[in-house]
Parts: sequence; structure tokens; C-alpha cells
Amino acid sequence: MTQIAHTMENQHPLGRSLKTASPAGQFAPLQDEGDLPEPWFPAALALRWSVRIGVFIAMCMILLPGLWVMLNAFRTNGAILARDSLFLASSYTLDNFRNIFGLGDVTEIPVKAYFMNSVIISVTSTVIAIMIGLAGGYAFARYKFRYKKYLFVGLMLSRAVPGIALSLPVFIIWSWLGLIDTKVGTILVYVAMNVPFSVWLIDGFFRQIPRELAEAAEIDGCTRWQAFWQVEFPMAKSGIASAAIFAFLTSWNEFALASQLTRTTDTKTLPVGLMDFTSQFTINWAGMCALAVVIIIPALILTFIVQKHLIAGLTFGGVKG
Amino acid sequence: MMSLRKLPPEARLLIPSFLVIGLVVALPLVFSLYTSFTAYRLVRPETIWNFIWFKNYIRLFESVDFWWAFGRTVLFLTVVLNLEMLFGLGLALLINQVTRGQRLLRTIMMFPMMFSPILVGFQFKFMFNDNIGIVNHILQDWFGITQAIGWLVDAKLAFFSLAVAEIWNSTAVFAILLLAGLMAMPQDPLEAARVDGCTPIQAFRHVTLPFLMPFVYIAMTIRSLDVGRAFDIVKIMTNGGPAGRTELIWTLSARAGYEDARMGYANAMSYVAVLLSILFTVHFFRKLNASRQYLNEVDA
Repeated sequence: MTQIAHTMENQHPLGRSLKTASPAGQFAPLQDEGDLPEPWFPAALALRWSVRIGVFIAMCMILLPGLWVMLNAFRTNGAILARDSLFLASSYTLDNFRNIFGLGDVTEIPVKAYFMNSVIISVTSTVIAIMIGLAGGYAFARYKFRYKKYLFVGLMLSRAVPGIALSLPVFIIWSWLGLIDTKVGTILVYVAMNVPFSVWLIDGFFRQIPRELAEAAEIDGCTRWQAFWQVEFPMAKSGIASAAIFAFLTSWNEFALASQLTRTTDTKTLPVGLMDFTSQFTINWAGMCALAVVIIIPALILTFIVQKHLIAGLTFGGVKG
Repeated sequence: MMSLRKLPPEARLLIPSFLVIGLVVALPLVFSLYTSFTAYRLVRPETIWNFIWFKNYIRLFESVDFWWAFGRTVLFLTVVLNLEMLFGLGLALLINQVTRGQRLLRTIMMFPMMFSPILVGFQFKFMFNDNIGIVNHILQDWFGITQAIGWLVDAKLAFFSLAVAEIWNSTAVFAILLLAGLMAMPQDPLEAARVDGCTPIQAFRHVTLPFLMPFVYIAMTIRSLDVGRAFDIVKIMTNGGPAGRTELIWTLSARAGYEDARMGYANAMSYVAVLLSILFTVHFFRKLNASRQYLNEVDA
């Protein structure tokens, strides 16, 4: 029964949870032994325990590398180099964070400015990419036109061009246009990077909304525009949200293009700023770890808030379209 | 503006997408195709008119370094994509078996996806560091290995370390999609298989796996769209070293373009890289379309 409840919960076309409607609560509690399917062979108990152990090991491998870096953000460079203990250090410190935000003794790297640049560039490019992607996705989902299939594949292929291969010619053209080391130049590139995937996800979501709904609204006297905003848009919200998250994360994390297109404190983003901690022969590990935490925290918070949309977006936008 | 209004609505809706892709992707690619036929050097702008036909490509195909990088890139992509698929499948099957706290596990599973590739590169460079890295630390303290292992210094180990970093970063994409597939799977065929006396392994092989295949291709398509991101990881962890033994096409072309300023040559190389990526993507895209049709048939 649990299996079926889960299936229902996850099968809703818009990825919304049907938990309240599912009968799971009325039946046996989820974790009861009898709730699992009947044992297929005598070693069912062994199987169950190997699943538990397997999940534990998998979760450790997923979590520990990231957590280890975060832990080191609270150690001094001396402690890291002395390598005295794995997980329990003798002392923890916030100095690394004070330093990178210019509150401590050492202030070399303008992380605050990089942070603002990252926020401005990521948010602006996400908003623009989603508006363009919304128009494109809607057009692909709702209209029939010639060469539609080829246009769609062409759009997708533009995403297949690796950022680094693009960075060489974009760098030359942008330097002619005077767009090197401007936020506009970087935003423009990120919009183009995010449009294809947004179109793909949003197209998948609009296809699942019956065309008849908007048509009914039009018959009732709405204009096409009103029908879109009042009927179709609210239903596709989950897909649009997930496209927005993917676009934001891509822009927030991008390095190959940003490292060539941004040069100064006014434009450098956080991933590029990470390189400031390396010099020819030494690396300021503690500072880098602290900056890593600064980069990862906004992404983590955002993702955990909207993780349901994220899964729905990846699965239903991509699969069913 | 008048002529814009005469266009059909779908064209008006699509113009912004194609305009921005045209400006940022298509135009630069056309330009880089042109420069790949010239002896363009960034430091001497007039060389852009120095048209040398296929000399860059000929030099490229004669270069041993390039062929090694090419082979290594294909090897890296194949190994990494397949291992990610296997681990993702394992993870999805494990989590699918868990009934309590599954939502939490799914959230944790996505943790590495949030890490920027550049961050993953740096993180694993730190972990595999021969002096202060946690990997050597554990090996020495718990397993009594006396000599520090140079994970990023030895050519074979460096390649392995890069693959580990890339797999850690991206397995979640496969796991999520395959988990969605497992959850959307109808239970009746499994029940039938059980009644017919299939072992779990047989049921998995003949019922579950065929149903999951479309999801595998979808994951492959999505991942092959951004395997080029591995540039960041390689750039940080080994920067193509030791002695060029982990050089991939991307790092090699970036080096030729930005460090040696040979833009024409570098663009010829990135063109090969672009074609390689597009080949991978088209391959999976075709499989994806086939699998979508299969899914819709099952649904209907």
C-alpha cells in the first residue's frame, strides 16, 4: 500500500504532492514490517539489513566530502597544515569568515563585492532567461509550425556547446563590443546558456496542461493573454519555478566563461574569486574553505526550500514532454 | 515594428530565444569557425586576415598531444557517464527500498548537485592532497600506510581522482531520474513476475530494467549536455598535469588560446570538442525521443 501511495504522490503530472488525498494514513504505519511486500525468498531479513547498511554507506559518501570542507572553514590554516585530527579539532574559529568579509586582520580578497556581483548577475540573468524561456516553451507546447522539430533540436544543441569552447570566440567578440569586464556581458552569456534548458522544461510542463482549459476561458470572454495568465500560468508554476532554480544554480556556479569575461572587483563572481586564494606555490586552504561555505550556503538554502519543484522539474518536465 | 506585428504569434514568441542564442552561441561559433582557418594570434590583431585554410586542422591532426587529449576525453566521458549511471541506479534502488524517511534521503542525495564544479574540483584537490588531504590521512593513520600517495601527481591516479570528483558531483542527476522512474512504475507486472516464481534478480532484469531504460536515456541526455563542465574540475585539480597526462581537449584548447594566445589553433581544437559534444548529445537525444514515444505508449 505504501508503494502505491508513493506512486500516486509522485505521479501527479504537476509534481504536486497528493499526500493529503492519499489513503496512506488510514492504513498501517509506513514503517511496519508487514508493510513491505511479502518476502520473496527466505533471506528477506538479510536483504533488509543490507539495504539499511547500503543506504548508510551511500549517505556517508555523499555527505562527508562536502562536510569535511565545511568543517575546515572553521579551522586555522595552521591547524589544517598541522593535520592533527580528522574531525575533532582542538579549537574552532570564525577568523576565516572575518577575514574574507574584511572584518579581521587580513583583508586581501573583496569577497563582499564578489558576492554582490554574483547575486546581481545570477538573479538578473535568471529572470531574463525565464521570461524568454517561458515565451519559447509556450510556443513549442501550444503552436504547430513548420520545422518545429528541427528548431527544437537546434535550440537543445546550442546547450551542448561546452562553455570553454564558447569562451574563446565570445571573448574576442565581446572585447570588440566592449563587453569584457561588464556585468551586462556576463548576464547576456548566462541568459543564452539558460534559455534552451528552460524552454525544454517549460515546454514539457505546458504540454501536460490540457489545451481545452485555456480555450474554455477564451470562450468565456477572456483574451488569449488573460487566459494564459489566469489559467495556464498558475498551473505551470511548478515547472517555471524548477526552470528558474536550474538557471540560477547554473549562473551561480559557472566558472569557465566568467573566469575569462570578468576581470576586476566590479564584475568577478564568487567562483572566479575562489581562484584569488591560489598563488603560484601555495594555497590558502582555510580561506578557500570559508569562501566555499559562502558559495554553497545560498544554493543549499534555495534548493532545500524548493526541492520538490526541482525533482518535479527534472522528472516531469524532461520525461513526459 | 509594423512588420513584427504581422508575424504569427509563435514566431513572435520564439524570436527572443533565437535572437539571444544567435548572438551568444551561433555568431561566436561562426566566427570561431572562420578564425580556425586563420593564423589569428590575440597579440597581433592583423593576423586575423591571414587565411591559411586547413593548416590549423592539419597541424592539429598531426599533433600527438591532441590525439592523446582526444582519446582521454572520450575515455573520460564514457567511463564517467557509465559509472554515474551504475551508481545512480544503485542509489535509486536502495532509496526506493526505504519506506521511512525517504523524503529526507532524497533531499540529502541531491546535496552534491548544489556544489559548483569549480568547488568540487577544489574540494577534491584538497582531499587528495598528498600532505594534508584526508584520503592520505586516513590511509596512514588507520591502515598503516607509511608513504604518502600522490593522488594528483601520479598520472593514473590523477585520472582516477578526476573521475571520482566528477562522479561525486553528478551521480545525483541519474539517481533522481531513475528514482522517479521506479516510483512511476506500475506494480502489476512485478506482482505477476512474483506469482510466476521469478527471483528478485530475474524480476529486476526482465521487468524493472526495461521499464527504466527510457529514464536512463533521459538522464544520459541531460548529463551529456553539460559534461563540458568537467573542464572546471580538471582545471582546478590537475590543470592537465602531471606532465600533460590528464589533459583533455578543453584544457588543451584553453591553454593554446589563453596562454599561448594562438586563437586560430585553439578555435580549431574547440571546434573538434564542440562536434564531439554535439555527437554525444544527438546520440542520446535520438534515444530520448524513442524512449519518450515508448513511455507515451505505455501511458496510453
